[in-house]
Amino acid sequence: MKARIKWSKTGILKFIGHLDVQRYFHKAMLRAGLPVSFSKGLSPHQIMSFAAPLGIGMTSQGEYVDVSFDWSYTSREMMDRLNAVMKEGISILEFKQIEEKEKNCMSVTAAADYLVTFRGGHYFEEAFTKRCEPFFFQEEIPILKKTKRSEKIVDISPMILAIHSQDDGIFMKLVTGSAQNLKPHTVMEAFCNYLGYDYDPLGFQYHRLETYLEKEGRLLPLGSVGWDITEEIKPSDTGKGEAAKYE
Amino acid sequence: MKDLALREETLLTIEKPVRYIGGEVNSVEYEPDFLKKLRREDTIRFAMCFPDVYEIGMSHLGMKIIYDMMNRREDILCERVFSPWMDLDQEMRRDRIPLFALESQDPVFLFDFLAITIQYEMCYTNILQILDLSQIGIYARDRREDAPIVIGGGPCTYNPEPLADFFDIFYIGEGETVYYDLMDLYKEHKKSGGSRADFLHKAAATIPGIYVPSLYETTYHEDGTIDTFEPIYPDVPRTILKQVQVDLSHTFYQDKPLVPFLKVTQDRCVLEIQRGCTRGCRFCQAGMIYRPNRERDLDYLEKLADTMLDATGNDEISLSSLSSSDFRKLPELCNYLIDNYRSKNINIGLPSLRIDAFSLDVMSKVQDVRKSSLTFAPEAGTQRMRDVINKGLTREVILQGAREAFMGGWNKVKLYFMMGLPTEREEDMKGIAHLCEDVAMTYYKLDKEYRKGKVSVGASCSFFVPKPFTPFQWAQMCDPEEYQRRAHLVNDEFKAQHNHRSLSFKWHDAKTTVLEGILARGDRRLCKVIYDAYHKGCLYDAWTEYFHYDRWLESLEENHLDYHFYTSRERSLDEVFPWDFIDIGVTKNFLKREWNRAMEEKTTPNCHEKCSGCGAARFGGGVCYESKNQVV
Repeated sequence: MKARIKWSKTGILKFIGHLDVQRYFHKAMLRAGLPVSFSKGLSPHQIMSFAAPLGIGMTSQGEYVDVSFDWSYTSREMMDRLNAVMKEGISILEFKQIEEKEKNCMSVTAAADYLVTFRGGHYFEEAFTKRCEPFFFQEEIPILKKTKRSEKIVDISPMILAIHSQDDGIFMKLVTGSAQNLKPHTVMEAFCNYLGYDYDPLGFQYHRLETYLEKEGRLLPLGSVGWDITEEIKPSDTGKGEAAKYE
Repeated sequence: MKDLALREETLLTIEKPVRYIGGEVNSVEYEPDFLKKLRREDTIRFAMCFPDVYEIGMSHLGMKIIYDMMNRREDILCERVFSPWMDLDQEMRRDRIPLFALESQDPVFLFDFLAITIQYEMCYTNILQILDLSQIGIYARDRREDAPIVIGGGPCTYNPEPLADFFDIFYIGEGETVYYDLMDLYKEHKKSGGSRADFLHKAAATIPGIYVPSLYETTYHEDGTIDTFEPIYPDVPRTILKQVQVDLSHTFYQDKPLVPFLKVTQDRCVLEIQRGCTRGCRFCQAGMIYRPNRERDLDYLEKLADTMLDATGNDEISLSSLSSSDFRKLPELCNYLIDNYRSKNINIGLPSLRIDAFSLDVMSKVQDVRKSSLTFAPEAGTQRMRDVINKGLTREVILQGAREAFMGGWNKVKLYFMMGLPTEREEDMKGIAHLCEDVAMTYYKLDKEYRKGKVSVGASCSFFVPKPFTPFQWAQMCDPEEYQRRAHLVNDEFKAQHNHRSLSFKWHDAKTTVLEGILARGDRRLCKVIYDAYHKGCLYDAWTEYFHYDRWLESLEENHLDYHFYTSRERSLDEVFPWDFIDIGVTKNFLKREWNRAMEEKTTPNCHEKCSGCGAARFGGGVCYESKNQVV
């Protein structure tokens, strides 16, 4: 059975990179003693897929990971067991079952919300919060994109879905995913250019609020395609022949 | 939540900030456990330091054992300290940021103790970095009354003299034994308000294994060798007896190891199955200083394995010992781990196994034969040379092991050798290439059905460094140029082999070897050399990209020392060595006997076969007292 797990990353754990987060989850599953499914073959690994990687230094309350299990307790129990082995900084917020045929969360990620706040002492906040609208409604928002081989000007405005001031910071909804991806850092760099400031990467703090998939033209939280497990799912219920292992 | 010692701006601009934040799974919870202890008035704050980068230090078992043992006490708070990497080092110097411990993020200078484990000679400048950044004075004599007491432990303290001026105390022996006594003495001393010097004096006089270098004086002969080495007070012992944890099945072990966020060098549970070795290889320091060989009980190990895997969620457990094949309950332990954990996709690591039918059978069950390589450690290329070093491994046994391995499906093997061993001749050097060629030929002579493509035989060669408390402590080293010459000679011989395309040959840096040799058998006069080298910018010497041999040579020269005195000089059998005041149980007479037997190319049986009377039986346990063994 396939689960979609929503989690948050806060506090000092923002300094942990994506690969380390993956290893952290692998070990957490084993510590919690959960029946996570392994791939077949010569070097079996846990079947796990993360949505959009979160860069070092960023916090989030809207992260997702898909995990396959041979069987499952209720959603409540699975969450409790996982949270019991978590270290301060990573918490499990939702545990939902999803259809077996559901595409993994990495491939369906379409957008994400961010809250950008100001790290003290670098910028005058109001210069940004009061100018969100004119910045957003520009015809074009050009940014110099550097790759190993070349440099080119890219217009990022189509990838900014919304931007406005919120709680002493800036809210933005950005195109996210493996096909197209816009980082909030890039938006802030463009914003600085627009305002005529030098861009200081340390001037901002980035917090992800939610991650979305696209369904029939609408953006829905990744967890919305799942449902709560209210009764234990026994090994035989999964119908994938994995029950044999746990007899 | 605790505040971090470093600013966010700093953490976001350095490499791998997670090295410096603590908070790993199974570390002490800051609230409320940690704070509760911290608020106790009599709590001793103990900083445990591994003077290298986090990923290396966090892979070290000894430090984990001490960390766990100290934190078990209600009145001790033990925290970890590692070397800041080069990028942070710069920032800390520029902004005068004091070195801090991971758990509380508090400066080291607030602690009662700073204990540094000294695992290899090439970390000596890193030790100076730790002391320097901690702002507590590099030299022990410059330390203020309220500065932490700096303790050194670990294998390099079996010759602590090159570091004597930097440490307040060296703890000689295994950590499980007298640390609590030392802590109790410290509490008493704090209560009565005695001075730092009083405490050090009392510790040296009353606790076995405690060496306070400032309480001893050395005089030298005109030729630079030691004339006298004496304590300056009558109640301070003349010799320091190594401390041994005799019963390893009823003692401390970290059963809930920390789980680092970073991928550290040993990203797995480590199960130390025994300590010490029965083999008696004459070059091997660990084989002598950890005598007598002591095994842990099977049920103790099984329980530990279960607890550690449960507590960490690690997907691998690795056995650790100097020679796992000699552990008598190895088949039972392997079966236990395979039966209980293979089905759960837990990997089982079995390093330091002799290649034979049993080990191949076990390894085929625990690893992917097609991907893994097998390791042989013949150490020398000819039988004569192997007899000199007392490596009881014959060409026939190696080739038989290789044949069985190839038939079992392996086609990658690695062989470890040493060059520059005492009495080494040209034929011994070339023998390295010949032995590798024989291994390759063993493969190509097999029936076609057993062969899948080419065989890969990788030889890796280090240069021999004579270490204190080994039968080879009298041996002479070569100059870097000579090591290079020998390596090239062997390399050419490899190229001349029929199957040279299946063979590869790598060798270590000769200059690093020479410095290691200087420091290993050094005396107190080297303290100043290390100090000067550090101030010339030497740091992370173990990392080739940061190793500056020329700066070390300069420092030696400026201190009017010729390094040949420490490396290639011939030592007489009755010379007083800087480390002779330490008693490891194994006697100097035994070592002399072994040195002479080496020169006669005679081997000595291992402890299981026959006791050779090395002296380690005085500790009253281990292999010396196993039923069939007779102490002579």
